[in-house]
Amino acid sequence: MLKIRNLDAGYGKLRVLKNISLHVKPGEIVAMIGANGASKTTLLHTVIGLIRPMRGEVRFLGQATGSTAVERIVASGCALVPEGRQVFAPMSVEENLLLGGFILQKEQGRAEVLKELERQYELFPILRERRQQLAGTLSGGEQQMLAMGRALMSRPKLVMMDEPSTGLAPLIVRDIFQIICRLRGQGNTVLLIEQNAKAALGIADRGYVLEVGKVILQGPAADLLANADVQRAYLGREKIA
Amino acid sequence: MYWEPERECMAREDLEQLQLERLQSTLYRVGTHVPFYKKKFDQLKFNYDDIRSLDDLRRLPFTEKQDLRDNYPYGLFAVPLRDIVRVHSSSGTSGQATVVGYTRNDIKTWSNLVARVITAAGVTKNDVIQIAFGYGLFTGGFGLHYGAELIGTSVIPISAGNTKRQIQIMQDFKTTALVCTPSYSLILADTMMEMGINPNGLSLRFGLFGGEPWSEAMRQEIHQKLGILATDNYGLSEVMGPGVSGECQYCNGLHINEDHFLLEVLDPVTLEPVPEGEIGELVITTLTKEAFPIVRYRTRDLTRFIPEPCPCGRTMKRMQRVMGRSDDMLIIKGVNVFPIQIEKVLFEVEGTEPHYQIVVERENHADKITVLVEVMESIFFDQMKKQREVVERIKNRLASELGVGVEVKLVEEKTLERSEGKAKRVIDKRKL
Repeated sequence: MLKIRNLDAGYGKLRVLKNISLHVKPGEIVAMIGANGASKTTLLHTVIGLIRPMRGEVRFLGQATGSTAVERIVASGCALVPEGRQVFAPMSVEENLLLGGFILQKEQGRAEVLKELERQYELFPILRERRQQLAGTLSGGEQQMLAMGRALMSRPKLVMMDEPSTGLAPLIVRDIFQIICRLRGQGNTVLLIEQNAKAALGIADRGYVLEVGKVILQGPAADLLANADVQRAYLGREKIA
Repeated sequence: MYWEPERECMAREDLEQLQLERLQSTLYRVGTHVPFYKKKFDQLKFNYDDIRSLDDLRRLPFTEKQDLRDNYPYGLFAVPLRDIVRVHSSSGTSGQATVVGYTRNDIKTWSNLVARVITAAGVTKNDVIQIAFGYGLFTGGFGLHYGAELIGTSVIPISAGNTKRQIQIMQDFKTTALVCTPSYSLILADTMMEMGINPNGLSLRFGLFGGEPWSEAMRQEIHQKLGILATDNYGLSEVMGPGVSGECQYCNGLHINEDHFLLEVLDPVTLEPVPEGEIGELVITTLTKEAFPIVRYRTRDLTRFIPEPCPCGRTMKRMQRVMGRSDDMLIIKGVNVFPIQIEKVLFEVEGTEPHYQIVVERENHADKITVLVEVMESIFFDQMKKQREVVERIKNRLASELGVGVEVKLVEEKTLERSEGKAKRVIDKRKL
């Protein structure tokens, strides 16, 4: 699905991703965890084409995407749920979702978009209730669901989520992560970026630990949860007798 | 039969991606967590970003057995002691012992890899496995034990030694799989004969052997005497213990657990890679070890890669059974001689037993090898002439196999020292 080899990326002269290699297989949830400033978002932005690699290679579905335009990467099946939701506040919930279906409509017609819209309402019943409401008036959790629904409207092959838990109450975080789990059940592939390491590794198949632009650990999510370094750094769990 | 088919049969391309990811994070971790490597990397002005392919590993220095000794006991650990759940020590086959540690995840990984090896050898949860490797600091016993338990095999943790009791238990407990060194399995077979027990009457079906080099002829002999499928498995405590590689039921080389270990085969003198398929020294880098990662460890074990795919369907590359140690390699009159070559010849000569010793001396500044071979009683009873014939035959065969002349002495059955662990085959009396 996604294969990254020796990727360097950054801003201007500043190189923030240093020799990153990672992969995502179809049907997996892969969690990328790391503290603030670990360059997690930069990684997602490089995958989707907002930032260009300085060195190394990103392959999505076997195609190198180093110089592909963002819209073409999205059209080929890669969707991003951005950090902080970024819903279109002055538009209604349904309008937001339909915007997400823009590519689908172009390729497969209105009927498919409406089918997909229905699917999102099934996945997020609250959005159906709020369909005519302005997106800006939704709660944080509802906005997160809307952002996810909007991304899913394009029927992506890979969904990348940037910090879906930010600023949400713990109960809502649990809901959101349950929905991500359900997405995998429906055959979706998810690359999840999170500071909330425990929640992310709790649902992921595999994980990578990013620290100042480098992958310092990777492996099955269960192994990372059991890793003492991860526990100390990200789970706040230091038990010394 | 596979334990983890999605791994053992994974596409080479996916495997290489996984290896690279793991190598990159391993190197970063050892370079930041282990002072020994940090110093080495700093001296080299090594930049982690330079590792862009698996071949770039060759930029890094080797880790030697002596480095482990110098950092005795915990100096090379990459995690604090409180994260260690197990400590093992090398078997100390040559010189001072060395110490290795395991985190909880390491034990999990280890069990899993041994489970792969045991499954490949044909053993299932329906088997009864008798582990006659030593338990304790040596990794053999516990390594096999945890893997077998993970599969669900009924484990008899009998440990090494007490041959008659081994046989008694094998008989009473209906053991179906035996774990020990190959030479010990022959001792078991001989002792069964003495005790008047017919091995064919036992439930034994599989033998999983490791810990010392052995030859194909020895496999045949084990098969004949015990009637079991004899497979080889390989590992060493410095990189983990058993579970590095193991043979499948095709018995044609050991599948390497390449997703956890990166193996190189290098010329022991130039330390450059040998051409694919040629014999050299095995050098191992761990890819997933947490407590005791090791970079380019010189195992001194001689083997070669077998590039052809195996009919079993595993995509993991195979290595040939270890053919000796690069430091056991005897340089006799400038010719490289491996003990395994001598063993091979002895197995082919009729009337000799698979027990032998190689004595190397220096007489008048010239190297001299004497091979002591046990022969069957029947030959000793006969005339001198027949004995001399046997000696001549062995001498000729050895000379053509090795390329140097050797002395051969016949000794009576059971006069050479028996070992319950690793057999000591070479006695080097030279003072170099």
